[in-house]
Amino acid sequence: MEMLVYLIPISLFLGGLGLAAFFWALRSRQFDDPEGDSRRILSDDWDDHPRP
Amino acid sequence: MSSAIQARPSACPACAAAPAAEDLAAAAQPDARLLLSLPTIHCAGCISTVEKGLARVPGVHSARVNLTLKRVSVDAAPEITADQLITELDGLGYEAHELDAGLLSVTATDKAGREILMRLAVAGFAMMNVMLLSVAVWSGAADATRDLFHWISAAISLPTIAFSAQPFFRNAWAALSARRLNMDVPISLAILLAAGMSLYETILSGQHAYFDAALSLTFFLLAGRYLDHRTRAVARSAAEELAALEVPRATRVVDGVEEVVAIADLAVGDLVRVRPGGRLPVDGVVVEGQSETDRSLLTGESLPVFAGPDSVLSAGEVNLTGPLLVRVTAAGEDSSLHRMADLVSVAESSKNRYTSLADRAASIYAPGVHLLALFAFLGWLWVSGGDLRLALNIAVAVLIITCPCALGLAVPAVTTAASGRLFRRGLLIKHGTALERLAEVDTVVFDKTGTLTEGAPEPTNLGDHPRRVLEIALALAGASAHPLARALARAADQAGIKPARLSDIREKPGYGVEGRLGGETVRLGRAEWVGASSGTTTAAWLQIGQGAPVEFTFADALRPGAAAAVAALQAQGMAVHLLSGDAEGPVRDLADRLGITHWQAGVLPVDKAAHVTGLSADGARVLMVGDGLNDTAALAAAHVSISPASALDAARVASDIVLLGKDLSPLPAAITTAQKATRRIKENFSIAALYNAIAVPVALLGFATPLAAALAMSASSITVSLNALRLR
Repeated sequence: MEMLVYLIPISLFLGGLGLAAFFWALRSRQFDDPEGDSRRILSDDWDDHPRP
Repeated sequence: MSSAIQARPSACPACAAAPAAEDLAAAAQPDARLLLSLPTIHCAGCISTVEKGLARVPGVHSARVNLTLKRVSVDAAPEITADQLITELDGLGYEAHELDAGLLSVTATDKAGREILMRLAVAGFAMMNVMLLSVAVWSGAADATRDLFHWISAAISLPTIAFSAQPFFRNAWAALSARRLNMDVPISLAILLAAGMSLYETILSGQHAYFDAALSLTFFLLAGRYLDHRTRAVARSAAEELAALEVPRATRVVDGVEEVVAIADLAVGDLVRVRPGGRLPVDGVVVEGQSETDRSLLTGESLPVFAGPDSVLSAGEVNLTGPLLVRVTAAGEDSSLHRMADLVSVAESSKNRYTSLADRAASIYAPGVHLLALFAFLGWLWVSGGDLRLALNIAVAVLIITCPCALGLAVPAVTTAASGRLFRRGLLIKHGTALERLAEVDTVVFDKTGTLTEGAPEPTNLGDHPRRVLEIALALAGASAHPLARALARAADQAGIKPARLSDIREKPGYGVEGRLGGETVRLGRAEWVGASSGTTTAAWLQIGQGAPVEFTFADALRPGAAAAVAALQAQGMAVHLLSGDAEGPVRDLADRLGITHWQAGVLPVDKAAHVTGLSADGARVLMVGDGLNDTAALAAAHVSISPASALDAARVASDIVLLGKDLSPLPAAITTAQKATRRIKENFSIAALYNAIAVPVALLGFATPLAAALAMSASSITVSLNALRLR
């Protein structure tokens, strides 16, 4: 049972990491056009090199 | 990826891979940001066609399509105008409208939406962690371990609830301080009591804690709130962008000097210059100049009206051929435009009385749940002989298990699915209860000019004239910007006619165009000008020398999909009516073509509204479709109303739904979707009621455990959401 002393903080930390990642994505406006982003994956316009 | 529209380049994920983007953005600083609405885009192909097509225009630095909002934002050099881009997009086959970037900046950074999403994320994170600990407790953790888990849960839950559930607390407080009950009151009570009770149990090392229930309640309800917000935000932003189309300015002439002023600053007696193509900002009398005006948006008349000195004009008419100097007789509040708006506000109030299904459900649900919990508390207090802790525990279990989350999701999940479907077809739901009202419709009233027809004339008898006559007509028509002349020129051009050689071509504003062919004068214009008598159909007359005048007749072209829409509506069993302010001839003609049996011509705006109210009084649920000022009162009076995006501001404001594309054919399907959506909402209520019917007795008898509460809550929420997704 002593294991819990490590495991619970670790699980909370990992979850918190995910939450922080979500906040970052939200703030950088990656949720502004969900519809368009799901379609853009189908286009091969910038497959060879990133958009100039 | 989104480097083009990044406000802060540092936050963009693709910048690391594309350092060039930052340099480019830095080099081209004072870019103008243009926003265009693209009602017809729908796929990956469209995105890349539009973006590439716009990028090819010299001066455009970047273009980024937002498919969710169906618009493109363009960063371009200041000299690029929206009109250029619209023409370019038109060439690519996409309809586009300019939007006011200033107005839109409010909605572009959707702060409220992101705030809810953030609360939702925090609630979800906390819920998962607490659920993890709760599963351990449910599967048998005891004594010190259980207490530890409860304490950790409390440490996670209490701050989360304080942060995430704020919107509910705020709404509940607002309702309570106004002495009303809404859905947020039982929600807040359930969350607060569950958290408080659990903390109390934890302090006393009790067996049951409902932290997970409090959190999942918050999470599911926030999800419903977010869906609701998202639907509304899309509709609101698009409605705002449409409102930005018209510019409220006028050219005032003071001592021969022209100045541009806001319409609000005009006073009675001022002189206003109205150029050809301009809309009259005020009521007034013509002082100088001759022209024709188009009053189709005001009255539905398709025939242009002559305007010369002393003609009385009203606000909203469009000046067609010559510049006019107008003395203002009524401005602002007193103008006929505003009187029309007053009619609307009277009719509007009746619409606000409609109670939505959600409100009706909440008004039954909220008091019911509170009474039930109180009953459980008092009952167990009496049965157990004063065991306050037990009684309170069971009352809380009842509150939690009656689970308003299924109810909170029941409506938004369905409306989101339905509005999304309608939006993809080009219909924008502006009003919260519009879908429910649309589902009840059994009578459809159409306006003619601009709604069933495009409001643009097309020549109908070109084939009856000899080629020589057409050549002369084309030469004259090509010199004028009058809509009839333009339509004639376009049609003749398409028929492969070459213009005749004329000399001295000049336009006589208000009358027509004349020129010289050899020694003869040729004229194209109004009937009276060439010595003919005008009939009821829209026509332009051509006179060669002193010969007999030749008539070119015009008819308004049908809007695409109009015939299909009317036929489909009639097939659905709807009564279709046609009300127009236009003359009898064109109206009867159109009604015959579309197979509409109930029609009325020459209807005044007030009579339109009266007709709609009369139908409603007879028990009909009327859907009004119209675009003009003369329709606004009727639009507001109808049970539900639709206007095309090309309609006047006032009409769009008065209507509940805006049709973004040109095509009318999505109308019947929209009604079907609305009916299905209402059915789903009712099904969802039944599902929620069914869960409660099973769970409430269990909770009342004191058998409910946190595990049972968690199961009931998740199961009902998920069933309700899945049922909403069934909407096809």
